[in-house]
Amino acid sequence: MSLWEYANPQKFMHLSRRVLPFVAGAAALCLIVGLVWGFFATPNDYKQGPTVKIIYLHVPAAMMAINAWVMMLVASLIWLIRRHHVSALTAKAAAPVGLVFTLIALATGALWGQPMWGTWWAWDPRLTSFLILALFYLGYIALWAAVDDPDTAADLTGILCIVGSVFALLSRYAVNFWNQGLHQGASLSLDKEENVSDVFWFPLLVCIAGFVLMFVALVLLRTRTEIRARRLAALIARERMG
Amino acid sequence: MIALLIRDVRLAVRAGGGFGLGLAFFLLVAVLVPLGVGPDGGTLARIAPGILWVGALLACLLSLDRLFALDYEDGSLDLLVTAPIPLEGVVAVKALAHWMVTGLPLTLVAPVLGVLLNLPAPGYFWLVVSLALGTPALSVIGAFGAALTVGLKRGGLLLSLLVLPLYVPTLIFGAEAVKRGAEGMATGTPLALLAAITAGAAALLPFAAAAAIRINLR
Amino acid sequence: MMPDLGKYADAVLGSYAVSLGLIAALVGFSLWQGVRMRRALAVAEARTKKEPVDG
Repeated sequence: MSLWEYANPQKFMHLSRRVLPFVAGAAALCLIVGLVWGFFATPNDYKQGPTVKIIYLHVPAAMMAINAWVMMLVASLIWLIRRHHVSALTAKAAAPVGLVFTLIALATGALWGQPMWGTWWAWDPRLTSFLILALFYLGYIALWAAVDDPDTAADLTGILCIVGSVFALLSRYAVNFWNQGLHQGASLSLDKEENVSDVFWFPLLVCIAGFVLMFVALVLLRTRTEIRARRLAALIARERMG
Repeated sequence: MIALLIRDVRLAVRAGGGFGLGLAFFLLVAVLVPLGVGPDGGTLARIAPGILWVGALLACLLSLDRLFALDYEDGSLDLLVTAPIPLEGVVAVKALAHWMVTGLPLTLVAPVLGVLLNLPAPGYFWLVVSLALGTPALSVIGAFGAALTVGLKRGGLLLSLLVLPLYVPTLIFGAEAVKRGAEGMATGTPLALLAAITAGAAALLPFAAAAAIRINLR
Repeated sequence: MMPDLGKYADAVLGSYAVSLGLIAALVGFSLWQGVRMRRALAVAEARTKKEPVDG
């Protein structure tokens, strides 16, 4: 019994059908509990006031936006090395989810930045990196959509994902470097765990768990759709053959 | 390999190809920006390094889709894949040829356009140095993007979408070097990082690009 | 019950609205795609009369 057994589409469909409702339910539960807890039952921050409530969406979305890309990278590597189709399809399924999380992180960041920094948008290193990350997601999705043959598309997007990861990391450091000259002391960063007191930390933890579970559930759901799409294409092709 | 290089350069220069086009585009950017921003010398001097780098980058992007597409259409790419020289080498040579007909002339013309944009005097040397160091990376990264989209019918727009995010680090370090040079500050760090990107891209990306071409021709 | 958000009500409520809206759109779109694909596949399976992959 190894993990690779689930690379078989049939096995994957069986397992994911049984697991999906639980993951989705747990995700909904965590998100509702975490967000309600965070929104209604936490005090205001002494400096940021009620805007601190945005953290329950902003931080988990930002974390998962990056983790989604890492997951796509791992899935692409598995596809390129071991040629498991399900792996390539999970990478394809994860991309739109990652893009939406990136957009959430950017939108909440802008809404948070407006009252706190006095501007919707600052060319802060983190914001800029996320904008670039969104562009990488867009390119990846566009390449999947543009190539007709599914295996070719999986190969090309896999290579793009690997090269893109290297350049995304490079951009991250380049942006840090570039910003020093512009507004130094841009301590706009959201001082994560270290500075957040327990009152905010526990509901935040629940929200992070909720986002992780939501990501898993959505990827499972979308992968199931992709597998069905493949089977449909195969059936139609077989019909045409006679 | 050298024959291939000469052939590519000849084709690009002769066939009304991207050679003059990229340069003309670069010139147009340098003319249009002051028209849009206004003739104030101080403002222009401040944005000149960025404009020149963005212009060079876009001019480079303009001719990328011809890099493999023409050879793909007339079938010579298939011959190159089956040729006894490694495909990675072919990609590197084609990127080099692309650089010789776009990056190199852009580098040489840039100081003239710097005058139009009122670039401060100490910036010219660094502008040429940074472009000379950085434009090879643009060509190699572009070759990778062109390899990914070689089989597609409308690859041009997609190519820009794929390649532009990859250009971000090169652009940042390149423009930063010129900006620092123009302000009389030390330029060692961005130039070293720029050179590192060029060296790394030239060493590794031909492999990725060759893999992409093999997949596309499968 | 409703916490006092003061002058930041727009930012906080806006963030929640945008985020939940985007998530809802993503979930809805994924579900819709899933249902549509399941139906299309069911039609094709019935036509070719092969054993189904999974219910």
